[in-house]
Amino acid sequence: MTATPKVQAADATRSGQRSVKVSRQGPSFIMALPAVALFGFFALVPLVGVVVISFLEWNTVRGSIEWVGTSNWEFVLGDRDFTWRALQLTVMFVIGSYLFQAPVALLLGVFMAGQQKYRAVLSVLYFLPLLFSSVAVGLTFQSLLSPNYGISAALDFLPLPNDWLSNPDLVMWVMIFVVGWCFIPFHALLYQAGVRQIPETMYEAATIDGAGRMRQFFSITLPQLRYTIITSSTLMLVGSLTYFDLIYVLTGGSPANAVRILPLDMYIEGFSSHNLGNASVIAVLLVTIGLTMSLLLNKLSGSTKMESDKAGA
Amino acid sequence: MTHAASTETRHPDAGRALDPTQPDGGVEGTKGFGSTGRGTKPVKPYQSRNVIGGVLGWVWLGVIILPIYFIVITSFRTRQDLASNNQLVPTTEPTLTNFQRVIENDFFHFFTNSVIVTLSTVTVVLAVSVMAAYYITRSTSWGGSRIFQLILLGIAIPVQATIIPVYYLIQFLGLYDSLWALILPQIAFAIPLSVLIIVNFVRDIPNELFESMRVDGAGEWTILTSLVLPMAKPALMTVGIYQALQVWNGFLFPLVLTQSRDVRVLPLSLWEYQGQFGVDVPATLAAVVLSAVPLLVAYIFARRYIVAGLTAGFSK
Repeated sequence: MTATPKVQAADATRSGQRSVKVSRQGPSFIMALPAVALFGFFALVPLVGVVVISFLEWNTVRGSIEWVGTSNWEFVLGDRDFTWRALQLTVMFVIGSYLFQAPVALLLGVFMAGQQKYRAVLSVLYFLPLLFSSVAVGLTFQSLLSPNYGISAALDFLPLPNDWLSNPDLVMWVMIFVVGWCFIPFHALLYQAGVRQIPETMYEAATIDGAGRMRQFFSITLPQLRYTIITSSTLMLVGSLTYFDLIYVLTGGSPANAVRILPLDMYIEGFSSHNLGNASVIAVLLVTIGLTMSLLLNKLSGSTKMESDKAGA
Repeated sequence: MTHAASTETRHPDAGRALDPTQPDGGVEGTKGFGSTGRGTKPVKPYQSRNVIGGVLGWVWLGVIILPIYFIVITSFRTRQDLASNNQLVPTTEPTLTNFQRVIENDFFHFFTNSVIVTLSTVTVVLAVSVMAAYYITRSTSWGGSRIFQLILLGIAIPVQATIIPVYYLIQFLGLYDSLWALILPQIAFAIPLSVLIIVNFVRDIPNELFESMRVDGAGEWTILTSLVLPMAKPALMTVGIYQALQVWNGFLFPLVLTQSRDVRVLPLSLWEYQGQFGVDVPATLAAVVLSAVPLLVAYIFARRYIVAGLTAGFSK
């Protein structure tokens, strides 16, 4: 941070000679107050709130609030059958999404990092999904996958299934694909940036040493991208753990609750079944799993950082 | 969520890497999107044989384009046309009635709501974040780093998990079903990442500049507006674009916190159009296409900034 090159002092617009009140301390807390107040009130208070609500029996229909201790927790983690199903579906969704998104994003990123003109043009087009809202994407795929007028109807000479969204065995895979469609461009962008920072000389040296394309990918590109891989993986894993929008728009959890993963389960329990206490237990679970995952991945990046320091020395 | 990013972006070049106005170096990673690889670098020798990447690249193009192609051609059809002709072949009798129907159903009203919510949110976020960043980087008391840590905690809070208390907070304040209900919480959840990115940028402003302003007798507001603000401008642009995209396309807050037609924003309006138009799929898809037009236009004119803004804080 201290290595900043000197910027010409003339750049700073000097204000007119004010009264000679030279303040020795830094800015006053007033500067941080609006941000702290807004963030505290609308983000931190709800975070504490969700923990508190998880210990309440709050019936919104009757308007009664009662402290019930850990009984919501016992119910959600014990008697409520669906919790474990939702957890299982969440794990499937997170792992499936990761296995789809990570390799495709990595390979696309490497591809996009090339200097050929056609790749730049393709990159411009890859970006398009990022401009659509999740509802727009949801409605797009809802019509594209519709049995009556979608892709299966148009390509009826192919043995395509026409119950993409209504077949419980299929819908999870469809959701993993559609969510990937939305997010792979973003991660490819991260990888493209990462690849562009790998020094050209490493590849030149490897070529001289006779290393082939595959060898270069595994011995230079992948190890050099480790920070990008960790950042991108964290965002992918935690992002799909808490993902709600498209699954709600496209399926609402049905058919047969086959994609009712935890965030959607929380939404249905809270806003459709009006069991705020139970929904808050699920929310606290989500926060806890998410934070644990980020911390673990952060640890991982810490340890690889140390290794690379050693290697560099 | 971005612990990894937070440690990485503190790199001295972090600020510059965000600056899309820099002719070179800045947004290095996004060159592919921005310029047509204006690179002077020679083609890497190994790239000519990147068969897997090449195949995947073209396949992925199809994957991206097919759904977009489908909604665009469908939005120009009539319902009868969609039912009776091949759905993947453009119609021979294109019509604009679907778009007309969407526009007659208050499209511009919802559009205006989206503009109001996005602009107010982003303006406030930028203002309070740059102030907080100034305090955090220049404060001599213990408060600066504590507040930074507190705010960074927010990056890891998933919005979805706090939506129930946010809903009751908004009801308690009597703001339910108003544009305020969308603006205030979205400001709060945008603050952590914005502060993080702007702090990394403000840190790079040389100490001497602050000193010399102070010697000239400038107060903290003068320093904020005539030194911090102009110097942090590139970071403000990328952060502003990133948050604007988030708010513009956001769905969960409008879904939970608003209800009436008056305060409906675009993403939620799509949801409602679908209910309203029912089986009229071309009309629904015309709404989808129309809703994407504003960002598409922005993308055409400010691609570099948008791409840089989108990855702000996540790539070094």
